[in-house]
Amino acid sequence: MGLIQIGQREKDGDLGVMTLSLEKAVNWARKGSLWPMTFGLACCAIEMIAAVSARYDIDRYGAGVFRASPRQSDLMIVAGTVCRRMAPVIRKIYDQMPEPKYVISMGSCATSGNIYDSYSVVQGVDRFVPVDIYVPGCPPTPEALFDGILKLQDRIMVKRVFTKQPDQVKV
Amino acid sequence: MHPLAEKIQATFPEGFLEAVEWRGDLAVIVKREHLHAMGRFLYDDPAMAFDYIVHVSSVDWPDDPERFEVVYEFYSIRNRHRIRVKTRVPEHDCVVDSLMDIWKGADFMEREVFDMMGIRFRNHRDLRRILMPDDYPEGYPLRKDFPVQGKGWRDTFEFLNEGTI
Amino acid sequence: MASLEDQRSTIYKVDPEHPETESLPTLRTEELLLNMGPQHPSTHGVLKVILELEGERIVKSTPVLGFLHRGVEKLAEDGTYQQFIPHTDRLDYVCAMYNNYAYCRAVEKLMDMAIPERAEYLRTIVAEVQRIIGHLFWLGTQALDIGAMTVFFYTFRDREILLDWFDELCGARLTTSWYRIGGVERDFTPSLEAKIRQFLDYFPPKIDEYVVFLEKNRIWLARTRGVAVITAEDALSFGLSGPTLRGSGVDYDLRKYESYGAYPKCEFSVPVGKNGDTYDRYWIRVEEMRESIKIVQQCMDQMPKEGAILADVPSVTLPPKDRVFTNLESMIQQFKLFSQGFDAPAGEVYCGTEAHKGELGFYIVSTGGGKPYRLKIRAPSFIHMGAFDEMARGYMIADAVTIFGTYDIVMGECDR
Repeated sequence: MGLIQIGQREKDGDLGVMTLSLEKAVNWARKGSLWPMTFGLACCAIEMIAAVSARYDIDRYGAGVFRASPRQSDLMIVAGTVCRRMAPVIRKIYDQMPEPKYVISMGSCATSGNIYDSYSVVQGVDRFVPVDIYVPGCPPTPEALFDGILKLQDRIMVKRVFTKQPDQVKV
Repeated sequence: MHPLAEKIQATFPEGFLEAVEWRGDLAVIVKREHLHAMGRFLYDDPAMAFDYIVHVSSVDWPDDPERFEVVYEFYSIRNRHRIRVKTRVPEHDCVVDSLMDIWKGADFMEREVFDMMGIRFRNHRDLRRILMPDDYPEGYPLRKDFPVQGKGWRDTFEFLNEGTI
Repeated sequence: MASLEDQRSTIYKVDPEHPETESLPTLRTEELLLNMGPQHPSTHGVLKVILELEGERIVKSTPVLGFLHRGVEKLAEDGTYQQFIPHTDRLDYVCAMYNNYAYCRAVEKLMDMAIPERAEYLRTIVAEVQRIIGHLFWLGTQALDIGAMTVFFYTFRDREILLDWFDELCGARLTTSWYRIGGVERDFTPSLEAKIRQFLDYFPPKIDEYVVFLEKNRIWLARTRGVAVITAEDALSFGLSGPTLRGSGVDYDLRKYESYGAYPKCEFSVPVGKNGDTYDRYWIRVEEMRESIKIVQQCMDQMPKEGAILADVPSVTLPPKDRVFTNLESMIQQFKLFSQGFDAPAGEVYCGTEAHKGELGFYIVSTGGGKPYRLKIRAPSFIHMGAFDEMARGYMIADAVTIFGTYDIVMGECDR
């Protein structure tokens, strides 16, 4: 039930065998290949793009393969203000993503509506989509987004894969 | 009075109501029946030559008998002058003539005014809501009697029960 | 390019030279409706366009806006004049400083205020730096959309340098709120000034570097030359502005036409295109970056070494912080300004500013008191989308992405 040990070579007497629970192995693989969906709504999307680009390079966390299709992605980063007109689209995209799927609510607008307490802005994306991690900031810096991704990876590592979980809470 | 306003008054004595100059901006208030003819004049006349449309806007004055004000702003690249044309419409007959046959850009701008304030534009090619959805149920958001937080639409998520995939 | 009708006839009409084709059954053609967006990687946000296609050609397109409509104009009526400055950051979030500038200028026109000289220079320098950031962002994403990915990484490398200054200047990378009504919030630090001077030497060769990637790239040229052509007359009639208008040969630039800030004291030229196509608009933006460097250089040299950075108008601007802590009147003044705002005269003004996308204007109606009665934002992105149908008609479906890009559209500003 130990953590994964990689890097020991055969000449050290290692036979290329490692022991760990299958659950850990699955979770390790999942956390290391989080494929996010390109889903920028507003200002935070610019910081998300900055996180992808030259200086920050989100690929270091295995989350660099941005997919345009929800069918191929594991992680939805809701980056920006969620307007009521956009809400059905977000929900539909969330429904189209295959399990296991995770949602990061990036920035104050997606989390709580921020300064936009107006007739057209939903006061938090968690009203219609379950959120795993909230990243604060307006907009959060790329570092803050990485912190959110690392927190999500920690969470993935303690998930139970082969035991029954209570059904995902429907909103 | 500003020479541009004088010329407009001379051309449209009945339609011209008032000219105001404040902080260097010239605003001309006209009757709405003459708005389209005046727009044509502003575009065609070589001394005017307002070839560039800046914005179309609207103001709500709930206490006035003629409640809504439609504001057009034009600029002339050739002559380098600017004018604001304003006209008033009452609430029960909320219609002005569209200027989109003169300035093509008026298309989207007038649609926005219709969407936000509920003023209709006669002869507009495609007068639909533009920023709010077509079936938006709560009325016109920028009117003064509309609450900032809306009337509950933002918190209703009817699509959650449809089970769409 | 050949008109749509000509192309149709070459495809579907029977050729008299080859009568054997006459026996073919008449081809049935049907227009295809394609829904593009609002979740699409190249629509620069949440834009939706319904395209009517004939084969791969766009016959008609209907932009559907409003997926990011946040009700900013309504919220403006609910807060004081100062409280709207953070909202302007989030209009065109790529280019927040210039939005602040445009808004502050409109309120200053309403209040009829004069700005201290050093503040004017500071404002102009930061605005031009913001223009460079905006164009770098545009260049990277436009190239990425068209398929030239390398440029994206290069422009973002240099953009990060500039964002670091903003971080040092005001503590935020994107949503800056550095401009104040009557001046700016804080002065340059000596280290920042040194960094700016360093950047002035560093940046011009980098522009050549981007250009090398694109101007010899055949795909880039094929996808930008002759695409989305608009004539000067049409562009004016649609109300286009900024590089989108100047690409068609109209030299309308508010920095020259209604000069403001420190621009009258600087020498710079306004690049103007000839053909009105996507390539010309790209070229203009690249040249504007060079001009911006010149403006920053001149401002850095001419700027007074010290001086006030906020106008001393006690009824409008905040007192200095050290006075607030020691002086009762200043404390009352600060408290009143924050709780009630300042008392604006009744009247209405429109003030346009040349942001990097085009003419960004604020139309403010005041009936007195601390809150605007009505605030209308003339957003260039919104107005540019009005011309989309006209500019996309007859081009390939893949060009739709190029055309969004050539407007430099940002949805926060488009939908407000």
